[in-house]
Amino acid sequence: MATTAVERPLPGGTTEARRRRVVGLGVLAVILVAATAASLAVGARALSPAEVWHGLLAAPDSDQRLTEIRLIVRTVRVPRTVLAVVAGIALGVGGALIQGYTRNPIADTGLLGVNSGASFAVVSGIALFGFTNPFQYVWFAFLGAAVAGVVVFGLSSIGRGAGNPLTLALAGQGVTVFLAAMTTAVALTDKASLNALRFWNAGSVAGVGFDVIWPVTAFIAIGLVLALTTLPAVNLLNLGDDVARGLGVNIALSRTVGIVAITLLAGAATAACGPIAFIGLMVAHVARYLTGPDYRWLVPYAGLLGAVVLLVCDIVGRLVVRPGELDAGVLVALLGAPFFAALVWRGKFKNA
Amino acid sequence: MKRNGPGAKVNGADARPSLTPGVRLGRVSFVWRPWTAGVTLLLAAAAFLLFCLSIGVGDFPIGLPRVVATILGGGDRVDQFVIMDLRMPRALAGLVVGVALGVSGALTQSLARNPLASPDILGITSGAGAVAVFLVTVSGGTAAAVVNSVGLSAAALAGGLGTGLLVYFLAWRRGIDGFRLILIGISVSAVMQAITTWLLVTADIRDVARAQAWLVGSLDNRSWDEVRVAFWGTLVLLVAVLCVAFQFKPMHFGDEVAAGLGVRYSMVRAVLLLCAVLLAGVAVSAAGPVPFVALVAPQVAMRLARCPTPPLAASGMVGALLLIGSDLVARTALPVSLPVGVVTAAIGGPFLVYLLVRANRR
Repeated sequence: MATTAVERPLPGGTTEARRRRVVGLGVLAVILVAATAASLAVGARALSPAEVWHGLLAAPDSDQRLTEIRLIVRTVRVPRTVLAVVAGIALGVGGALIQGYTRNPIADTGLLGVNSGASFAVVSGIALFGFTNPFQYVWFAFLGAAVAGVVVFGLSSIGRGAGNPLTLALAGQGVTVFLAAMTTAVALTDKASLNALRFWNAGSVAGVGFDVIWPVTAFIAIGLVLALTTLPAVNLLNLGDDVARGLGVNIALSRTVGIVAITLLAGAATAACGPIAFIGLMVAHVARYLTGPDYRWLVPYAGLLGAVVLLVCDIVGRLVVRPGELDAGVLVALLGAPFFAALVWRGKFKNA
Repeated sequence: MKRNGPGAKVNGADARPSLTPGVRLGRVSFVWRPWTAGVTLLLAAAAFLLFCLSIGVGDFPIGLPRVVATILGGGDRVDQFVIMDLRMPRALAGLVVGVALGVSGALTQSLARNPLASPDILGITSGAGAVAVFLVTVSGGTAAAVVNSVGLSAAALAGGLGTGLLVYFLAWRRGIDGFRLILIGISVSAVMQAITTWLLVTADIRDVARAQAWLVGSLDNRSWDEVRVAFWGTLVLLVAVLCVAFQFKPMHFGDEVAAGLGVRYSMVRAVLLLCAVLLAGVAVSAAGPVPFVALVAPQVAMRLARCPTPPLAASGMVGALLLIGSDLVARTALPVSLPVGVVTAAIGGPFLVYLLVRANRR
């Protein structure tokens, strides 16, 4: 449908279409609020809405049970919910943007080696400097994600293969396997990093405090602002480089801003949550189905959808293997890979 | 004959029929390429030499002539003990796994008509890995008891086979298209990796180290029992491939040509694919999912032997050379002894990128 160049709509669309999109955005926002509430209430200990409310707002008092609830809500549920929303928005917007910039419906920040770059950097950081706190290695993850993302993105946009879905997927795969082996090499010689790695590697929004969440959110906010400024240009770039140039788009500048935005979004989310693949790919396709190919609508939809998907996966993960938990990243992969396979099967991706 | 440069083949589709006259012996016919045959023989000799060298290198170094003499049945008792009991299983495992991966890669690349279709990318190795990690990390429970009774190798083999079949059926849609096969393979591979990751998270840290070393591909601590299974398995599969491959000339000419040649074509193709998956499974069961050998070996063999498509025998030999060589490097040249898979990934990752860049330059 939207992956072919012929079906570009007029910018803006009709008033009717516009109203429908605004309503859709509102519906998504309501769903997100509901999921947020559920995320605060559901878990190893289920809380009633009144208890959640109390835990959020009440001042400390002497009641033992209420103090406990307050502790659960404030130190466990709130951070992981906030992180799921923030990271979900970042991954959703990042995925939609990367598909726009590469004109490649298969593009996903997780498939681009961003994850493996971050893993490698985290392990190296732990092995070399003995980091123990996520706040310390978050910066390494960020750096690794950025470098790997730029390398894969660059490799797959050289020459004629640029825009071929297969080239991008394979360049990502090549870098991923290479870095995974290097990561193992480091992890096998250093037990502390092996232990940290296996938890970080599953992709989870749990167990990170606000000391990590605030800086990550700051990066994501910058990424989102950059992303928003570049949306009109993405629409024009999708008409082809020549047309876009003719319409006055500074292609080099717009691409650079786009790559910086994608790296900030994906890198920051990966640094905080660990590798979570497929989410950007999934929500970008759903968003395109809902809004059509106008990126000014598609990207906000993808952001909200990303947050909803990550939150719901996190909530489901708390419920399915009780008393343990299934990491959100694992659930997203179990959901995303069949989705991806279905897209392949329906012939959404053409071998260019 | 107009020979296309290797670069022209990178997307695989335009392999042209050779104009070299064929040789016919009864029902068997093949094209006699003196260069290819010569290169294959040279590669075999090099592989044997490296094999002996690898046996000789270690804490107790043994010279090449003594190694060869001992393998052929001579040598004193110390040499015999060190070589036949201690070092032979590892070296032989390297040889067998290398050949199996090389041939498996050559088959999948030929069948998908895409140089990037190797067992690692099609998810076969990650499926085998997931099952093996399950075995290493989960103890207790009926499932674990069943898996334990069949053993790590058999379980990994079953995992690889199951994943291979899954990918094949998921990619089937009025025939198999190489492009679809690869993308489905990547996604199935991701699911298997997610499962593996989850198993590692829930496991005990000591098991994790064991599983992790196994997951990257390693030849450490092979016993004769493991090697024997892999050796005979590979041998039987190679004979099967040899028997079928002769009947499969249209392999490289595209679906239309093959369809015109009748129903047998898809049957033979399925058998060859099955052999490729089983070869990869045997290799993984013996050494873990050693990355990239199956991808790199056929491409290198193709360039050396100057064939339009990956040559089976030469691919196997290059695979053996790659694996034994990498193991030698992993054991001796690096400051810490690492699993062989780390070295093959260090070679293979850049090679994959080189293939892509080269394909795009056309």
